Amino acid sequence: MFEVRIHSRGGQGGVTAARLLALAAVRDGKYATAFPFYGAERRGAPVVSFVRIDDSPIRISSQIKKPDLVIVLDPSVMDVVDVLQGLRPGGRVLLNARERRDMKGYPTFTVDLTGIALREKLEVAGSPILNTPVLGALAKMGIVTMESAKSAITEMFSDPRNVSAAEAAYRELVA
Amino acid sequence: MLTVATGNKAVAAAVKEAAPAVVAAYPITPQTEIVEQIAEYVSSGELKSQYIPVESEHSAMAACIGASVTGARTFTATSSHGLHYMHEMVNWAAGARLPIVMANVNRALGPGWNIWAEHTDAFQERDSGWLQVYVGSVQEAFDAVLMAFCIAEDERVLLPVMVNLDGFLLSHTMQPLEVEKAGDFIPPLRLPHAIDPQEPCGYGTLTGPDEYFRLRWDIERSMRDAVDVIRGTQERFAERFGRKYGMVDEYRCDDAEVVVVAAGTLGREAEVAVDLLRNEGIRAGSMRIRWFRPFPRLDLSGRDVVVIDRDYSFGFGGVLAKSIAAKEGARPFSVIAGLGGQEVTYEDIAGFVRNRQPGRELWFGVNGDV
Amino acid sequence: MTEIPREEYILKCTSACAGCGDSLSLRYVLKAAGPDTVLVVPACCTSVIQGIYPNTAFNVPVYNVAFAAAAACASGMSAALRAAGKKTNVIAYAGDGGTVDIGIQALSGAFERGTDFLYICYDNEAYGNTGMQRSGATPLGARTTTTPGGKMQPKKDLDAIVAAHRPPYMATACPSYPRDLFQKVKKALSYRGPTFIHILSPCPPGWRFSTEKTVEMGKLAVRTGMWILYEREQGKVTINGPSKAAMVKPLPVGEYFRAQGRFKGISAETVARMVDDARALARRLQKEEEGIC
Repeated sequence: MFEVRIHSRGGQGGVTAARLLALAAVRDGKYATAFPFYGAERRGAPVVSFVRIDDSPIRISSQIKKPDLVIVLDPSVMDVVDVLQGLRPGGRVLLNARERRDMKGYPTFTVDLTGIALREKLEVAGSPILNTPVLGALAKMGIVTMESAKSAITEMFSDPRNVSAAEAAYRELVA
Repeated sequence: MLTVATGNKAVAAAVKEAAPAVVAAYPITPQTEIVEQIAEYVSSGELKSQYIPVESEHSAMAACIGASVTGARTFTATSSHGLHYMHEMVNWAAGARLPIVMANVNRALGPGWNIWAEHTDAFQERDSGWLQVYVGSVQEAFDAVLMAFCIAEDERVLLPVMVNLDGFLLSHTMQPLEVEKAGDFIPPLRLPHAIDPQEPCGYGTLTGPDEYFRLRWDIERSMRDAVDVIRGTQERFAERFGRKYGMVDEYRCDDAEVVVVAAGTLGREAEVAVDLLRNEGIRAGSMRIRWFRPFPRLDLSGRDVVVIDRDYSFGFGGVLAKSIAAKEGARPFSVIAGLGGQEVTYEDIAGFVRNRQPGRELWFGVNGDV
Repeated sequence: MTEIPREEYILKCTSACAGCGDSLSLRYVLKAAGPDTVLVVPACCTSVIQGIYPNTAFNVPVYNVAFAAAAACASGMSAALRAAGKKTNVIAYAGDGGTVDIGIQALSGAFERGTDFLYICYDNEAYGNTGMQRSGATPLGARTTTTPGGKMQPKKDLDAIVAAHRPPYMATACPSYPRDLFQKVKKALSYRGPTFIHILSPCPPGWRFSTEKTVEMGKLAVRTGMWILYEREQGKVTINGPSKAAMVKPLPVGEYFRAQGRFKGISAETVARMVDDARALARRLQKEEEGIC
């Protein structure tokens, strides 16, 4: 079982990123679940969503306490949330950032998703879309195949710029 | 086609396959996505139903009743406070012998406002004459809705069916979903007592004690007959679509010395706890209650029983634990857990089993004895 | 002149009280509606009048439903029948309590949604079935079992509430004017969409008058101007003949109040207030009819 926790802010698409990742995993022939932690939802408030991926049907509904991967779509949440909480030894971090950061020694991958979205003019109501490009980065990390990532994106979104943004993130991910 | 969907979307997709003539519904968290999706299907022409956007849940069930008695297939969805606001009509639907199908997204009752999973909302409707099934996955939500129409509309039953899914844990969780084409799986509805101006009848007229009593017995008789209809429908479903369901979903029970009984997602989580316990040498098994009305028989002889209730009947106990004690003469360790969406993990469940005290009741996370 | 059909849909052996204004009203409603009709009846006197299961005294299908649910149940029934290509008349037939009080939400919802049905409120101005408790439709000063000293509040203006939903057709009626009632039901059923008829239904035990005076009591209500017969068709108001006459030369209102035990001991001020309200409504309707407002 591979467990992922996604940190974002309300309205940034963290929940959709989780759904896309689950769909991509299913397209890879795996089982997956994606679910948000629903609190009092407000735009801009820190939110968490979860993805489980496994080779057999997933029977667990409880929240993920010890993720294998933490994705931070909005690094500003790190001021208020300990995003590394419970991360397994050897677990990885994927940061939406221009520059590398030290994440207490955890293997950390960075990619400027915001920059890519702005470059590709992927915006909704003035906010850059992060949830489709992040799939490209996850494919590069080997969580899902790029083929399935693209397939998931195309199933959920018709705008081809989503796919090109994911391809950009695939190319630009820094380990 | 294999896709990924939330429990709510799965319910709506199954409703689309069943193609009810009338859907009357009112939005409520966490059910809203079901009626939004159905409204979308109707608006796009994918579903040829009359969608009645009623002004309350009481009216939702009343409209379903009015539609159903003409012989039309009907569906609605609700949750928690919505279910209780329609309580009067919930009872009416069963008494009127109308095969209405309703999805109920299980959610706690206020106050305080709480939108998360709990089964007390639907368990409180247990004496209404509705059949009730609780599902444990998104796929099962889809499958159960398809089968619910077959079971409700079977002339041996002609009672409404409520398909229950846990708020957020299923309603908003995405899982793989195979959207089946129902085809002729659901036979056309032929309601023997449909309204017909050519044959004027009084429906629900003033009824004296003797006749009323007989009509009540008729409901119970159909509830008993429903067990065979459920079994037959589930077998037919398995032959056609390949997925098997029982009254109870058993997991590693054959040689089990202790079984965990729970409903909904907790029942699925319990299977993971069973695997964990088996690795420790504890011969555990899980019985996930699917059908709550009619209430199933459980093979508990010679076993310890741990019942987890995501519900409570104040001044009495956990509804499942007390039902099993009464039906099977068991002395379960009764665990009350998950109320208002309280987080309960498979590790917690394994702990309940390890530390079981038959005959006692534990409120998880609370210092028990008062 | 319209011939009222001889066919009866209210058969013998109803369980109505002697002199019941409701069963008289329903008799003409069903004569107008004809056999391809379903009645939806919430808890009210009509639930009892039908008789006891397995018998029924009504010769059209009657769907009895919970108190608050008539309009919603009729919504579903209408939707299903229309979807099946049937033109069957769906008539919700409810008392005043089931309309102005517990049923008002469902009524409002059904009208707002444009449900294709006729809603009839037969108004005996109290909860008759439970033994004459006040309802929102009970007039000022009337004694009921829950207003033993006379009701302190005026009657709820149901027609204004319904009019706010702008139905294609709405009317008031009274079984003392059966031809008028018959024609209004015919007209209402000729429209698609929600239509409404508000029937003042004199009630011997509730209003406390003797059972042979039901028709007379309804006529008194109209002739004194305390009940106005009018229609609102596509928004246009027409005041009907008997009320037109009453507006020119009304009978003294005392004849209406003195004839009913429920108004016993009512003060002159209370009567004056009710008359003022009735006259104000008459003036408003006259102006609307003339197109002044």
